Amino acid sequence: MSDVMIKLENVTYKYESNENEGVVALNGINLSINKGEFVVILGHNGSGKSTLAKLINALIVPTSGKVYVNGMDTQDEENIWHIRRTAGMVFQNPDNQLVATIVEEDVAFGPENLGIHPKEIRKRVNEALTAVEMEEYKDYAPHLLSGGQKQRIAIAGVLAMKPECIILDEPTAMLDPSGRKEVINTIKKLNREENKTIVHITHYMDEAVEADRVIVMEKGNIILEGTPKTVFSQVEKVKQIGLDVPQVTELAYMLRKEGIDIPQNILTIEELVSAL
Amino acid sequence: MIIKVEGLTHIYNPNSPFETKALDNVNLEIAKGEFVGLIGHTGSGKSTLIQHLNGLIKPTSGKVIIDGVDISAEGANLKDIRQKVGLVFQYPEHQLFEETIYKDVAFGPINLGLSEEEVDKRVKEAIELVGLNYDKIKNRSPFELSGGQKRRVAIAGVLAMEPEVLILDEPTAGLDPKGRDEILKQIKKLHQDFNMTIILVSHSMEDIARLVDKIIVMHKGRVSIVGKPKDVFKKADELEELGLGVPQVTYFMRELKKRGKKVRDDIITVEDAKEEILRLLRGNGNA
Repeated sequence: MSDVMIKLENVTYKYESNENEGVVALNGINLSINKGEFVVILGHNGSGKSTLAKLINALIVPTSGKVYVNGMDTQDEENIWHIRRTAGMVFQNPDNQLVATIVEEDVAFGPENLGIHPKEIRKRVNEALTAVEMEEYKDYAPHLLSGGQKQRIAIAGVLAMKPECIILDEPTAMLDPSGRKEVINTIKKLNREENKTIVHITHYMDEAVEADRVIVMEKGNIILEGTPKTVFSQVEKVKQIGLDVPQVTELAYMLRKEGIDIPQNILTIEELVSAL
Repeated sequence: MIIKVEGLTHIYNPNSPFETKALDNVNLEIAKGEFVGLIGHTGSGKSTLIQHLNGLIKPTSGKVIIDGVDISAEGANLKDIRQKVGLVFQYPEHQLFEETIYKDVAFGPINLGLSEEEVDKRVKEAIELVGLNYDKIKNRSPFELSGGQKRRVAIAGVLAMEPEVLILDEPTAGLDPKGRDEILKQIKKLHQDFNMTIILVSHSMEDIARLVDKIIVMHKGRVSIVGKPKDVFKKADELEELGLGVPQVTYFMRELKKRGKKVRDDIITVEDAKEEILRLLRGNGNA
């Protein structure tokens, strides 16, 4: 077995449009994500990051180039269901993803559709709800939960399919700060404790600080790639494309400009306090 | 005072098993031209409060007085109030419905019964106020625009009513940093250039810190803290207990102070932090 979970080879994707030539959403992307890796993809709206997510989940297939998920070619229709079981997807709006009237039924929806034995479903639902720390809410109606809790239920629904990889497309964009924290902590835990490969798409920089690797997209291209430290040390470039850097990173950058001697790769409060 | 709220209580589903007290004896005052930040954990009562301010829902008890008129009284002219107080909901772009941007923005003014010229003028002004090019986009479908642009068209629809008070419920939710900065810039401009009274509901303490004159913190249906941003953000521990926080740079200054550095404790923006640290480092000799 290879260590590569996701591989994109020279992938271009064009959206068709009636009026013009079509819009190039991805432009010859090459990318390889290893099993167990925690990758954050940053970029503003229209940078191509959601298109990338849809390609990995075989919701769309490349206009040219190849996408492989755990060695399976997404263009081969026979692979589609296997790919979606391997790489589960969580979307931005929790209300659009929950289908049942009771939390545990919602989590069971995926495995039920796989035709799994009820006993096994029961086990998976319990495990998934425990993993997102929502077991005590199993009898609740989803609409009575907070945004963060709903999003964790959506993640549990994906977990119950036993994917090796989870792709999250701006899962925190509609949440308040405490909801965001809940979801981020859940994602980190799944990566660390369950060794799930995580592809987390966001435009919140602070969510990228703890990733193994950060990929910055702009106009369908990967323009920066590396550890959070190497990426965020390029404050100017990051700001130029309209993304945020953490306030302490920006402060450190401004102080350096004033001639104060501090390192270029400050990401956390602790690092800046120590540097001063 | 353009807005005065007295003893406002709102109970959803009264006398049923689902009875919830969303607002509990809220009292507050907002002056003309003030820029107010309304913060609070989800479920703290922010949305219920703002819906009272233009008469969308009625108090269970208490009063809402807009520009001297008690809008909760029997027979209050709500049409007038809704023109005076413009409310931009969360995800307002979901409410776009017309086939062209012009028609969508014109919908409100036409319903006010204004003349064609006046509607024309207002639509043009409103679209330009939100930073879009009127001639370029007026005949396009609102559904062809990007998320941030759609939202600005939706805000233009409210501005075309020429409200005195503009209330925005998380106007930047779900936008990327660029879209967020554009919208906030326009809102700031409305406040500065037209002295519009603005109430901004936001989860971003960083945005609140650099924009507003006054912060109102809601918790469990009550107003728990009111004050200037500098003073409110000094109460980091208290805010955290309410499920909120302070800007990262404020946490940072607090940490520096804890380690014995003599720095001010009312820093809430990156700019101010820079000045303070430069003062600290350069002024070491004569401090």
